[in-house]
Amino acid sequence: MTGAETTMVIATAGELLAHAYQMELDAQERYSYLAEQMEVHNNIDLAKLFRELARVEGLHASDILQQMKGMDVPQIRPLDYKWPGSESPEALDMGDMHYMMTPRQALLLALKAEQNAFDFFDHLLKATDDPEIKRFAAEFAEEEQEHVELVHKELKRYPEADERPREDMDPPASQE
Amino acid sequence: MKAPNGLNRSISFAIVGSGGAGALTAGAILLETAGKAGWYGIMNRSVGPQIRGGEAAALVRLSTHPVDCMAECFDFLIAIDWRNADRFAAEMPLVANGLAIGDPAGGDVPSAIADSGATVAQTAMKELAGSVPGGRENMIAAGLAAALAGLPIDALMSVVASKLASKGDEAIEASRACISLGSQQAESFEQSFHLERPAASSAGRWLITGNEAVGLGAVRGGIRFAAAYPITPATEVLEWLAPALTKVGGALVQAEDELASINMAIGASFGGRASITATSGPGLALMVEALGLATASEIPIVVVDVMRGGPSTGIPTKSEQSDLNIAVYGCHGDAPHIVVAPLSVADCLFTAQWAVHLAEAMQAPAIVLSDQSLGQARALIDRPADIAFIARRNVLEAEPEQTYDRYALTGSGVSPMAIPGIAGGQYTADGLTHTTKGIPSSKESDHQNQLDKRRNKIDDFDYGNHWADIETSNDTGAGTQFTILTWGSLAGPAREAMRILADEGITVKLLAMRLISPFLKQEFLAALEGTQRILIVEQTHSGQFHEYLRAKCDLLGQVRHFHRPGPKLIGPAEICAQIRDWKTA
Amino acid sequence: MNIQQRPPFKAGDYKSDLTPVWCPGCGDFHVLLSVTKALAELGTPPENVAVISGIGCSSRIPAYTNCYGFHGVHGRSLALGAGLKVARPDLTVMVMSGDGDGFSIGGNHFLHACRRNVDMTYIVMDNRVYGMTKGQPSPTTEPDWDSALSPGGTGLSPFHPLVIALASGANFVAREFSGDIKGTTRTIVEAVRHPGFSFVEILSPCVTFRPDERAWKTQTHPAAVEATDDPSRAARRIMTDDGFNVGILYRGRRKPHDTHVKDSAGDPAILEEEFAI
Repeated sequence: MTGAETTMVIATAGELLAHAYQMELDAQERYSYLAEQMEVHNNIDLAKLFRELARVEGLHASDILQQMKGMDVPQIRPLDYKWPGSESPEALDMGDMHYMMTPRQALLLALKAEQNAFDFFDHLLKATDDPEIKRFAAEFAEEEQEHVELVHKELKRYPEADERPREDMDPPASQE
Repeated sequence: MKAPNGLNRSISFAIVGSGGAGALTAGAILLETAGKAGWYGIMNRSVGPQIRGGEAAALVRLSTHPVDCMAECFDFLIAIDWRNADRFAAEMPLVANGLAIGDPAGGDVPSAIADSGATVAQTAMKELAGSVPGGRENMIAAGLAAALAGLPIDALMSVVASKLASKGDEAIEASRACISLGSQQAESFEQSFHLERPAASSAGRWLITGNEAVGLGAVRGGIRFAAAYPITPATEVLEWLAPALTKVGGALVQAEDELASINMAIGASFGGRASITATSGPGLALMVEALGLATASEIPIVVVDVMRGGPSTGIPTKSEQSDLNIAVYGCHGDAPHIVVAPLSVADCLFTAQWAVHLAEAMQAPAIVLSDQSLGQARALIDRPADIAFIARRNVLEAEPEQTYDRYALTGSGVSPMAIPGIAGGQYTADGLTHTTKGIPSSKESDHQNQLDKRRNKIDDFDYGNHWADIETSNDTGAGTQFTILTWGSLAGPAREAMRILADEGITVKLLAMRLISPFLKQEFLAALEGTQRILIVEQTHSGQFHEYLRAKCDLLGQVRHFHRPGPKLIGPAEICAQIRDWKTA
Repeated sequence: MNIQQRPPFKAGDYKSDLTPVWCPGCGDFHVLLSVTKALAELGTPPENVAVISGIGCSSRIPAYTNCYGFHGVHGRSLALGAGLKVARPDLTVMVMSGDGDGFSIGGNHFLHACRRNVDMTYIVMDNRVYGMTKGQPSPTTEPDWDSALSPGGTGLSPFHPLVIALASGANFVAREFSGDIKGTTRTIVEAVRHPGFSFVEILSPCVTFRPDERAWKTQTHPAAVEATDDPSRAARRIMTDDGFNVGILYRGRRKPHDTHVKDSAGDPAILEEEFAI
């Protein structure tokens, strides 16, 4: 299913809010998990960055939770979320990770994630006729656009010119 | 062993035949008959290398009192035929005034028999059997043997009737006729080997093999899961357990190899069921890695090793005690665990049951070192007493109030074990060295603590006085001239030697060890007090038991060492000869 | 829209506090996620699930779950799992290991586990390399893959676990790609629900020793046809596909291994009768 086809099936504003909320939660959880992985692998700069990103996603989630008050929001089973792909669009793919990754490289991935999130709401905005869904979709799309810009701003702190590809000179350590 | 009235307290005879002659069946029927008539006895067997049709010998000893081993010499031997009998003729030496009866059509008498000094005679068993429709030579031999031994023929008839019930009335009639004919032949011989009347016994009596007794002891002890891979001479343990376990709500799974069987048993034990497998030397060699896993992850497991001739494929059908080293030392790393050894066929039941209790109580592997001479021996024994050793594992009963440490350091070294299904008890059992929570760790303190824990729980356990059978031939409480120090199946021959020597005025203490590992040094040295000369007896080539003892403690006094590998079992007469020789030295 | 019943457990309930030591980028992170999601979907309490493994990177997984776990010795996880399930049929038993542990040293147990058809789920995280020991070929490695231990490649025909599973009697066979979390989760749910021995091979890239396996993300694709219940048809499909067909490939109808274990105990005294003279 393409992004457009999937989001067409989001039928109520409540359902949209449930998706938006879960998206932020998934992103927060994912950044936290990645931060732990980087801590275990002693990539402290990256761990710090991921923790910060997790914190910010957590704030977004709280905001949406407030918006959900008083609305009829369905409980959706985890496998029934209508993401375009396998997971929430805003969660970084763990398969793209590397323990020697630089903050800049991670931010470029985060940028893509925020772009995916934007696309999700943008598709829905264009595909739906429901005015309430349209309102929320536009709102969330705008939010995600802000996040994109935030990441761009953060990227400026890690200019490409300063990138030093990191190399691990030690051989792998066999464990068992 | 003759009583004053000329009757025997114990006789031994052998029935030999090949090509499906049925010698083993005849021996088994005679043993059962003697049992029904009130005697005790034990039967071993010797077979050729093929599955079917080979030469076979039933070796039977009957006695007025319980016996734990074969005699070294046989009073009479009936050979349905002599084909290939020279292969094991040396295993059944006849007494000087013994009797060897062969069939004139049965081939040449082996030289070992012919030169033994015994009377060599003939009975035309084949011809006699031929005279009865459907007659079998082994039934002629059975009747002849019963008459020579003074067994009641009507008891023999009724045992045969029940044994052959499935084969129909004609078969039973034919057998009865042959038994009659056979028993009549006894009149043509001057010698007879009648037994004294059996001692009256109030307790019920059993006819059972060592392997069956191990199985029953295990189930009595609480075993409810077995994994099985067959190997000679242990297979009967597993084949007995298969239907037995389902009757008591348990299960047996046949595995694809010993690696699977030991790991299946460990998995089942992890799930909370007392579990067992049985094997012999080659199988135990495959299992040692998993035994280390059970040791490190503290999972109870019982492994029965019915020892056979080693090393490698060795002599699968014969007995030896040469798996002591691998049982005690087989695991890599420092992996203390329990090793026990039954002292007789009857003791197979006690020791197996005790092993389950020990393994469960200490959450560790327990290896039971039985051997072929016990496992495949069929014995008439007094019904073993019920004993209170039932598996009692220290488990986490309910959801823990605080966080749960599977491998917490406790006074006894035993920490409560969470069984899957208990909420809050989740942990990952691991062969990796771990913290008290079970998290893998390479820290010095964790390694030291867990090694100490696992060693202490084994060393500090109260084994009571079951670690050995200690008997003396004199009741005075004074010291003895000699101590016979042995373990496992040699307890029987050693005990009999002790009694023979007592009749000659030589005082002997028997110290037969049932608990091999851990080594209870204090108790062991205390048991040796009051004796100056120690004869260590074991069935190995290299002297594994002797080396083990010397590694564990200083043996004070004079020590001699009598050892031999299989296949010829060390018997009471040889042990006596060693002691007598030493006495005069 | 129906208000759906709130499931009793979340995926997070099945994850322990331990952060895996797998290299970031390892496919096993996805597998862990899929397994926890699947268990949440199934709703089995964590204390009623046992995760059994052998040795290898993938086999570290039990400690990363909040279930009962057993990190056994190399190659014997299926035996551990079978013994546990027969003794405790009430538990959900998931055996999880890698291609080395499962198909090399564990190969024999694999064959017989399929034959025995005990009701449990076997998940193999296949990365076509021995990762734990720093990058040797495994039974599923391509014959020309160069390594220090086998320079120039082994030249050996790769092991076909899915076909072997079918030939040996496995009752459920599936192939997945770790990055497709949704698909993998759904397959695991069905694998657990399906009676008998369920085998799921999950292609799970090794970021450190097989960086080329990142291409699996684009190479894997859903199987074009529905699962069959005919093992020979399934085998033919697998032997002629491109190796990247994902989904449930076979659902069999064999009865699972009968375990006789009951909680009610017969009295052992009845066993003595056969010995009485």
